[in-house]
Amino acid sequence: MQTTLGTPQLASIGFFFLIVGITLVITYWAARRTKTSAEFYAAGRSVSAAQNGLALAGDYMSAASFLGISGMVAMKGYDGMIYATGWLVGWPALMFLIAEPLRNLGKFTFADVVAFRLRQRPVRIAAAVGGILTVLFYTIAQMVGSGQLIKLMFGIHYELAEIIVGTVMLAYVLFGGMLATTWVQITKAVLLLVGVTLLTGLTLSKFGWSPANLYREVVAAHGQAALEPGGLVTSPAEAVSLGLALMFGLLGLPHILMRFYTVPDAKAARKSVLYATGLIGYFYVIIPIVGFGASVLVGRDLVSRMDVGGNMAAPLLGELLGGTAFLGFIAAVAFATILAVVAGLTLAGASAFSHDIYVSVIKGGRATEEQQVRVAKIATVVFGVAAVALGILFKGQNVAFMVGLAFAIAASANFPALLLSIVWKRFTTQGAVWSILVGAVGSTAMIVLSRTVWVDVFHFASPVFPMKNPAILSMSLAFLTGWLVSIAAPETKAQERFEDEKVRTYLGVGAE
Amino acid sequence: MDKPSPLSRPMVNRPGRPARPQRTAHEVVSSPEFKALVSKRWTVSLVLLVLLFVGYYGYILLIATNRELVATRIGEVTTLAIPLGVGVIVLAWVLTAFYVSWANRSYDPEVARMRSELRQ
Repeated sequence: MQTTLGTPQLASIGFFFLIVGITLVITYWAARRTKTSAEFYAAGRSVSAAQNGLALAGDYMSAASFLGISGMVAMKGYDGMIYATGWLVGWPALMFLIAEPLRNLGKFTFADVVAFRLRQRPVRIAAAVGGILTVLFYTIAQMVGSGQLIKLMFGIHYELAEIIVGTVMLAYVLFGGMLATTWVQITKAVLLLVGVTLLTGLTLSKFGWSPANLYREVVAAHGQAALEPGGLVTSPAEAVSLGLALMFGLLGLPHILMRFYTVPDAKAARKSVLYATGLIGYFYVIIPIVGFGASVLVGRDLVSRMDVGGNMAAPLLGELLGGTAFLGFIAAVAFATILAVVAGLTLAGASAFSHDIYVSVIKGGRATEEQQVRVAKIATVVFGVAAVALGILFKGQNVAFMVGLAFAIAASANFPALLLSIVWKRFTTQGAVWSILVGAVGSTAMIVLSRTVWVDVFHFASPVFPMKNPAILSMSLAFLTGWLVSIAAPETKAQERFEDEKVRTYLGVGAE
Repeated sequence: MDKPSPLSRPMVNRPGRPARPQRTAHEVVSSPEFKALVSKRWTVSLVLLVLLFVGYYGYILLIATNRELVATRIGEVTTLAIPLGVGVIVLAWVLTAFYVSWANRSYDPEVARMRSELRQ
């Protein structure tokens, strides 16, 4: 097949401007409703459960899941499906362990929860460090990936792509705060789900609406191995460790956790997880069909010729089945996907700095509304500019490990302290600080010393740390540290305040 | 009460509702009903979490240890691995839905009752 992918097309550019136009109108509308800090960070807690479910899905379904998983299925077959399941199973765990307590205890960030009955200053600083590290690595991965994808799809320069993403995204966050970000994420989630549903439908229509026919063609073209697990899961310990990082990493992602403060109460938080799980689950169930469809209809040769990683499988399939206009739509949707995720990350990074560090540590909790909003906006600009700068700095680098790093830090630094602060009466300030630091430093060091960075990036002969994914070890280490340090030096005051915390955790009394 | 109610700490800001509790926060937290509620909440959560673990890690470990089994054909070419993968995703959603329906049916009414005892 002939493809127009990578050359600027009227359809792509038209859809691109349409989507950016719609989201900027949303931002204009949201800007007039965003004045206080609660409006800037939490959309005035006015988001409904269904809206938040869509926005959570929009925040979570990145270009990596849309283009990456469909590409992985197209190129490697079944292994892409194993990957997809791992990305979903964190959601029920999020629900069972922390969704409701998080909503009841916090105000704007997950650090509110960890610091609830502990000494503010040290805990806020440690939690902000864990949060900012997570967001930063996740952002770098998103920015570098998006620069490459936009270059591939629209044929524009990498640096220009970074600046466009940075500018548009900053406009959402800066002027419209969480309300604009939420609606951008909702718009993106709807577009993405519609786009993938259309792609799936068009694919299945070519095979008499029967996945079995599709699989038969897949096997005819690529052999039975395409429907069998390949090399992704071989060592049980490695597989479980990756699973733990994906599952519990979600429970420590600041930009996801922050979304729970946009709904009115714990009941709405709970319902929003159900919506999100349903939408994301649906997405992961149908996305392999797109990948298999691309491997048969487009062919692995062309897919890998456009991008070695296979990322262009879905756009190519779109062009084949729906022409240039549909390709334009899919490309614009992928672009909107990137914008929405980066906007959420920026808001989370800015809130960790302004709410946790500036308001709680520097100003000791006594900042006026104007000061809070002003610092939040300054932090947003700083974070947005840093995101663009880092995206350009890391151009051409292999940053695939950075998403893994973000999840490993989230699972090892943020999640253990968050869970212990909710459930364990004897948890102490020192316990929280050390647990976060050991989790963050431990997981980062283990990843740097592992094959992913030590060999693949630094080109040393053999890795120092044997596992590719350290979560099983670094997360256990963080829990152990939190427990040992808390046992060693009890904090009576924190134990006394646990009663207040429980009333709020379980009954929602006093929740903001 | 000799000390201010813990519920009126500065972080809590509910204007126009002077707390006139029938029971103090301390009494509610130490009551057997509250303890039972908390323990039931975590029992339900942990049982569901265990089911999720069995489903997901069972799936991963099955692939890691018994590839022949998951590669078994259940149709003309379709392998067992495909419905297993979809099954994990469906299971995750069903467990989530179960938790929500349990919480709506059983947890929320209990919470509402205890809250009403706490404040008029």
